[in-house]
Amino acid sequence: MAENTKIIENATCTFCGCVCDDMILTVDLDEKKIIKSKNACVLGRAWFAEHTIDEDAPAAMIDGKEVSVEEAIEEAAQTLTKAKFPITYGLSDTTCEAQRQAVAITDRIKGNIDTTTSVCHGPSGLAFQGVGESTSTLGEVKNRADLVIYWGGNPAESHPRHFGRYAVTPKGMFTPRGKKDRTVVLVDVRKTKSSPVADILIRPKPGKDFEVLWALRALVKGKKLSDDIEERTGVPLEVLQDLSDRMKNCRFGVLFFGMGLTMTRGRHFNSGALLALATDLNEFTHFVAKPVRGHGNVTGADNVVSWQTGYPFGVNFSRGYPRFNPGEFTTVDTLANGHADAAMIIASDPASNFPKKAIQHLKSIPVVVLDTKMTETSKDAHVAFRTSTYGINTSGTVYRMDDVPITLRPAFESPFPDDESILKGINKRVNELMLAKHYASGASGEVKVAAPI
Amino acid sequence: MSAAMRIVNGKVYDPANNIDGKIKEICIQDGRIVDSVPEDATIIDAQGMVVMPGGVDIHCHIAGPKVNAARKLQPEDHRHDVHPGTPFTRSGTGGTVPSTFATGYRYATLGYTTAMEAAVTPIGARHTLEEFHDTPVIDKGFYVLLGENIFLQNLLREKRMEEFNEAVAWWINATKAYTVKLVNPGGDEPWKGKKNSNVSDIDEKTDEGLTPRQIIEAFIKSVDKQGFPHPPHIHCNNLGHSGNYITTLETMKTAGDMRAHIAHIQFHSYGGELGKNPVSKAAEIVEYVDNHPNITCDVGQVMFGKSTIMTADAPLAYVLKGHTKGKWVNADTECESGCGIVPFNYQEHIYMHTLQWAIGLEIFLMAKDPWRVILSTDHPNGGSFMNYPKLIKLLMDKAFRHEEMKRVNQSALENCSLRDLDREFTLNEIAIITRAGPARALGLKNKGHLGVGADADITIYDEMDDKEMMFNAPRYVIKSGNTIIGNHEFITDFIGKLLHISPEYDKKIEEVVQPFFESYYSIEFSNYAVDDHYLHDHEVIATGKA
Repeated sequence: MAENTKIIENATCTFCGCVCDDMILTVDLDEKKIIKSKNACVLGRAWFAEHTIDEDAPAAMIDGKEVSVEEAIEEAAQTLTKAKFPITYGLSDTTCEAQRQAVAITDRIKGNIDTTTSVCHGPSGLAFQGVGESTSTLGEVKNRADLVIYWGGNPAESHPRHFGRYAVTPKGMFTPRGKKDRTVVLVDVRKTKSSPVADILIRPKPGKDFEVLWALRALVKGKKLSDDIEERTGVPLEVLQDLSDRMKNCRFGVLFFGMGLTMTRGRHFNSGALLALATDLNEFTHFVAKPVRGHGNVTGADNVVSWQTGYPFGVNFSRGYPRFNPGEFTTVDTLANGHADAAMIIASDPASNFPKKAIQHLKSIPVVVLDTKMTETSKDAHVAFRTSTYGINTSGTVYRMDDVPITLRPAFESPFPDDESILKGINKRVNELMLAKHYASGASGEVKVAAPI
Repeated sequence: MSAAMRIVNGKVYDPANNIDGKIKEICIQDGRIVDSVPEDATIIDAQGMVVMPGGVDIHCHIAGPKVNAARKLQPEDHRHDVHPGTPFTRSGTGGTVPSTFATGYRYATLGYTTAMEAAVTPIGARHTLEEFHDTPVIDKGFYVLLGENIFLQNLLREKRMEEFNEAVAWWINATKAYTVKLVNPGGDEPWKGKKNSNVSDIDEKTDEGLTPRQIIEAFIKSVDKQGFPHPPHIHCNNLGHSGNYITTLETMKTAGDMRAHIAHIQFHSYGGELGKNPVSKAAEIVEYVDNHPNITCDVGQVMFGKSTIMTADAPLAYVLKGHTKGKWVNADTECESGCGIVPFNYQEHIYMHTLQWAIGLEIFLMAKDPWRVILSTDHPNGGSFMNYPKLIKLLMDKAFRHEEMKRVNQSALENCSLRDLDREFTLNEIAIITRAGPARALGLKNKGHLGVGADADITIYDEMDDKEMMFNAPRYVIKSGNTIIGNHEFITDFIGKLLHISPEYDKKIEEVVQPFFESYYSIEFSNYAVDDHYLHDHEVIATGKA
């Protein structure tokens, strides 16, 4: 047992979108390691336990050679300001404070900003813009929901505490008996580790989620379905009718949905159908829906990019103001189409998970990377920063999947700077370079230099 | 801090100091208005111009969770109204729910330097403060939604009033708010817990055993006792419903002689039978307000065109969704609030919309005491704040008003007295309803006037006959002594400060609140209160009885 330890109570786990803030961490200060993470799930325990710091790694590198952080900031700023179509990407595994700086930089260099939302719940974002959403914070689900439906997700493995902390077993104000006061329905094309939690398991044919959702909308509105619905969707009419009745007659219903819905055939049509179903049900009872988000602060990224630009992701500043066009300004597209001529990647590893064509282009342009560890993306980067880990070494704000903001309590210090301070440095330098460009173009007038916001 | 400055030759409108269009020098040093400045101070020659304190918006929705949801919801509202950056200012997008940067800069381009976000859930306070830090130029604060707070209602039902007061103060401190906001008191639980129903009468007893009136009274008394600079900011029950003026009068009567602020009172001044078209009861409402100096209100003027309904009054938003049949957001916040968002459009040919427009104007034009009837559009509910210059023209220019009246639904005009109102506001009265009045109602002693010691938040307009044009384009806007807009152009960036209060409370109340949190909230008690690093630049406004 280590002797020099410290206990951090009410720390937050940023591994997934659950953002559980009841961690009790025991830190070995000599080894700089979290040796115990009480209340964490299996994913959280691994997240904390595997966090070690390689103190010998360089904090900054240019083309693989160690440099000072200041030199790297200068080179990053030069690279980004010289580019014609610089892109910023990632952002879902860092703090809102860092995200704000990233949008500021991209605005100043008239670049393109996008987050990992474009490859996960982006379709849900588009569906939201189309039909809106009836939703709630997770505490409201805990307190009130008597019908809980999961659609196209496997929280037992992806968000292990979603059941226990928020939606299935917790005892709330109007659900004093926990799971006994709830009916749990799981809709998924396959059996998963989540299946045992369900009172009712519905398995549509793969790729038929939209049809099932649309059929439910029809039943809820009292319309008749054609007899071949089971043949088409794999779900018998009686099962659909029973679910429709349960949804209309519950006191407070919730539909959680995952990437089994958003990233399969139909995409934003699927999300839109589900959101519309939840909306329709409010004619009969109180009903809400919520995407089960993945990354620790992807919801924060959506919020920050939205409040600064008006749009949640896929935003381009090349005309001097934000424009939104998913399919054009989303990162897979800016890369695969060969538009981007420089990139700043923050807390993400597109070189290991993007389509081949996008990766090929990424490897052909100068890339600035901020990451806590060596990744596929950072090993070939023109400028690479090694930064401290949010929630473990760095404080800041993250937004839970239900838009609830939480302040992080760091466990121990890292020798590496955090994302926000690196980005602040780049922002300041980019601002200077862009103002110099402005004056060089012959501008005059009574002008003071603005402090970068 | 800012250098010394002297504004000369300007026609000064400073109603709080009884200055009505007098040519007068204004001296500025270190962000404040001073008696005199050294000879070498920068001089602004305001010959032919009007000098006023910076505008103060007492009721708008500009930051926080519901505002951001409304932004995300409407890309179509942004793309036709872009806000390009300059080398010194950030870019953004506009529409009825502008991005944070566009919000701050656009307020500045109207000569407004302070704005209060009118409804924030406690759990959303941190989000709101983050957005505020990205909202440039203006000073800002927010009202925190406490009326539907289940813990506070529990104390109220158990008549634990001492603890109730302590808990109110604790929540204000935990969120860094400016005052308490009540929205459709008693309406949250029927909405969330009883299949989307609502309360309909101020004396209706809910299953929880409380009436809206008991909730209203408790908060008015608590805030009065603690001496907040601004009283509870109340969104009455029955917003938008025919016959609701009775509820509004009863709400005001509940205050007795204690202070209360009635938000967007236009939406609460309707006669007629429930379910049928309303008629105007502006006269009855204005009479009560005029005769009760403890009451302040903002009008919530409706302006024709695009708006966005965003409100903690979730049942109301659902009713409006039934009219628009378009997209709708509902967002429940655990133990604290409901919320609804509906993109909306006020149209001249529609009876209801014209009547709402006319009632707002009636309230302005009938009020004898402009100090307590403050200009607002309940941005963006009645229309964007960018409509303020046009609204000012409607009030100052009778001929223009009558021209506009030709284009609206005529049968609505039959059911109100707008046609008979000849009043034209003076510049001094405009300075009251946009500056001095709201600052006084908010208890902001350093704002809304140009006396020595006031914040150097100053707007200088070219004097023009067309008042819409005049109020749309100040030549200079000075914020905290910094010239932000000079000769119509942004010449620097500036981040304003947060205005909040910090009433005293007994720390023991945390022991009472904490067990409730552990049972019914989904975040930890110790992670709930907002810590000071979210404040950035801020000013604590004093509480306590003078």
